[in-house]
Amino acid sequence: MAISLTGRCFMCTPRRRVAALSSIPIKVTVRWSNSISQRPRSDHVRFPGAVNSKFTSEMIFTQPSAFPTIPTYRVIDSDGVHVGKPNRFPEVSDDEVVSWYKNMLTVNIMDLIMFEAQRQGRLSFYMVSAGEEGITVGSAAALSQHDVVFAQYRETGVFQQRGFTLKQFMSQLFANRNDTGKGRNMPVHYGSVNPRAYTISSPLATQIPQAAGAAYSVKLQALQNPNAPRRIVACYFGEGAASEGDFHAALNLAATRSCPIVFICRNNGYAISTPTLEQYRGDGIASRGIGYGIDTIRVDGNDIFAVYEVMKEARQMALSNGGRPVLIEAMSYRVSHHSTSDDSFAYRARVEVEDWKRRDNPILRLRKWLENRGLWNEELELQTRDQLRKAVLKEFGSAEREKKPPLKAMFTDVYENLTEEAEEQRRELRRIIETYPEEYDLADYDGGIKGL
Amino acid sequence: MFPSRTVVRSFPRWFSASSASSGSARLNVPIDYKTTPLLHHTPSSLATSLEFPRSASTKRLNLYQSINAALRTALSTSEKVILFGEDVAFGGVFRCSMDLQTEFGSERVFNTPLTEQGIVGFAIGAAAEGMRPVAEIQFADYVFPAFDQVVNEAAKFRYREGTTGANVGGLVVRMPCGAVGHGALYHTQSPESLFSHVPGVRVVMPRSPSQAKGLLLSAILECNDPVIFMEPKVLYRAAVEHVPIESYTIPLSKAEVIKLGKHLTVISYGQPLYLCSAAIAAAEKAMNGVEIELIDLRTIYPWDRPTILESVKKTGRAVVVHESMVNYGVGAEVAATIQAGAFLRLEAPVKRVAGWSTHTGLSYEPFILPDVTRIYDAIQQTLEY
Repeated sequence: MAISLTGRCFMCTPRRRVAALSSIPIKVTVRWSNSISQRPRSDHVRFPGAVNSKFTSEMIFTQPSAFPTIPTYRVIDSDGVHVGKPNRFPEVSDDEVVSWYKNMLTVNIMDLIMFEAQRQGRLSFYMVSAGEEGITVGSAAALSQHDVVFAQYRETGVFQQRGFTLKQFMSQLFANRNDTGKGRNMPVHYGSVNPRAYTISSPLATQIPQAAGAAYSVKLQALQNPNAPRRIVACYFGEGAASEGDFHAALNLAATRSCPIVFICRNNGYAISTPTLEQYRGDGIASRGIGYGIDTIRVDGNDIFAVYEVMKEARQMALSNGGRPVLIEAMSYRVSHHSTSDDSFAYRARVEVEDWKRRDNPILRLRKWLENRGLWNEELELQTRDQLRKAVLKEFGSAEREKKPPLKAMFTDVYENLTEEAEEQRRELRRIIETYPEEYDLADYDGGIKGL
Repeated sequence: MFPSRTVVRSFPRWFSASSASSGSARLNVPIDYKTTPLLHHTPSSLATSLEFPRSASTKRLNLYQSINAALRTALSTSEKVILFGEDVAFGGVFRCSMDLQTEFGSERVFNTPLTEQGIVGFAIGAAAEGMRPVAEIQFADYVFPAFDQVVNEAAKFRYREGTTGANVGGLVVRMPCGAVGHGALYHTQSPESLFSHVPGVRVVMPRSPSQAKGLLLSAILECNDPVIFMEPKVLYRAAVEHVPIESYTIPLSKAEVIKLGKHLTVISYGQPLYLCSAAIAAAEKAMNGVEIELIDLRTIYPWDRPTILESVKKTGRAVVVHESMVNYGVGAEVAATIQAGAFLRLEAPVKRVAGWSTHTGLSYEPFILPDVTRIYDAIQQTLEY
């Protein structure tokens, strides 16, 4: 079979309803994207699915390897030395940078104490953020109080940076009566009213399309009320969660509905035991953003300045032209175990982890920068760590001693109001407990049987 | 009401559900929606119900038109209401959103990409931010990609947020459901019992245009719990009745006693109510003096247990009818509740008439789904037990 390789195609112009048009040489610039419009010697047909695609007679399959790997943006190197153009450094006060450092330290110290506490059986579960404090604290620092956050679970630094108190952390971890989640969720499933961060849920990636829908609402509300403060939605997830269908749905929805949202992928190299080589074969998560028509950047997650600057810029972009999505892929290494239920040395070499810990992590890097600027030293370090440790332990102690919420909270909030069926079940449980008092320990619950 | 342009529809032609009836059929004759007592053929019969506004102005609408009217009312009432899903912009494949984008703009009425998990996730986020999103799933058969978002997210949202006060109470997910006679495996399903196993969502199915408008407006504007709103698609064009023009709501989780009786209670919801009504008429005619009560659940979960128990305590006999499969269906929950709550008053086992535990193979639909004959037979067996 002979294939013409002239690169031109002489097709008859289809007969159009307005026949007169074909005899007058005019340039038609505006067309319905679904009209068949291939003029003689045209180099493309405006297929509605890809209107700007030109013909080619070279049969070339596009190869991922034909594209350069998306670079990783950074501002300071692993010694804390500024590497960019001399005049390009994020505008941020020394005090603020010191507060970032203290927030990262707080998360780090809380992680160490709580991980140990779980090992002692004092709480059921915990997840640390070691190696990712820069991503969470740095990105949250670029958000406004009005911005809305949807998180996955390894974003303790976001909560810390946005003013979540140690008491709030501890109340949630111990599921006591001060926990906003009323003791219903596993530890680390934090939620915050103001600034708003929706309560974390375990199913991975479900928050991503939700964040898109929230961002669309934020956009609509801005149209309906132009005096309201301009806000965006920030949505966090790991590179493993990005394999879920919900990730695909969300980025596509956010792009087609032009939502003011910043997606932040924490690519830390592992989804529990699964390395990225078994998670995807493309150029990380960043390369996918392009496919959805989303402006995308990859950033060094161990460089808090780079993360902050990128997030600040992404936030502005998300608010421009009535709203659009932005994707940030923040690279890091999950130094710690996945959770307290995981021993990561079962699937990776201890030496690799130790190397990352020693060589490069966001806290160490910022400390070097602070020391280079004379803002920090060994004495301050020891003093601060000691203070933070004491503060965490103090809240730990009182949270652990605090009573659990009243038993009735097991039934409430399923619906806005207790249903007739739930009311009956509550009475039945009460009857059982009262009939067999020796079988149930209510000492820890606020109000005991009266709380039911 | 009918648009001037022709739209491409999922089904090139509409039939009422075909039946396996033979020429000599007495029971399995096609439902005559023009004469069924379940529809308001004159405005005067609306006045007998306390749930409708006391106004004289009504309009004859079919089910899709009444859904359309309710959506128009909701969009006019609150700017928090937004409507989206696959193909809703041009009016929807069942015409439920006709002209709404033109009226309310493409910011509030719009198409989404073809992703059910995305549509429901998106709606959850919008509801969390205080909007009242009405998301459409094109067919209930295609809601399963969104099952995770409904079960793990929408249903549990208020509970897990606790005292933060965040919730997705404004959320409504609409979906056409049920058999049309030729929908086969993926245009026939009614997954209400799957959702009814999930505390935190309300599952609603109207039986008629006037019910649909009141229940849908209640779900969108008043109910602060997420609602799965299932529309029996065979009724979109078939069921026509007088519907009040003004805005009104019908309470959720409240059953309705459609017809009073004292010897047997028939409990159903959605399209099979028309079959129940026909079977009851035949049974009462055949068995002199028998009076059968007919109850429409309307909200499948959380359901109106007291109304059903009160009825069965009075009649002592119950038949539960639904189109979806019998195994672990709504009938199981209703029957078990009756057994526990009216044990001493029961004169006969509670009978369930439902789809067989198979898939709705195209050629076999008339034999798989409950018909008038099977309901009639169940009534007779229960009365004679």
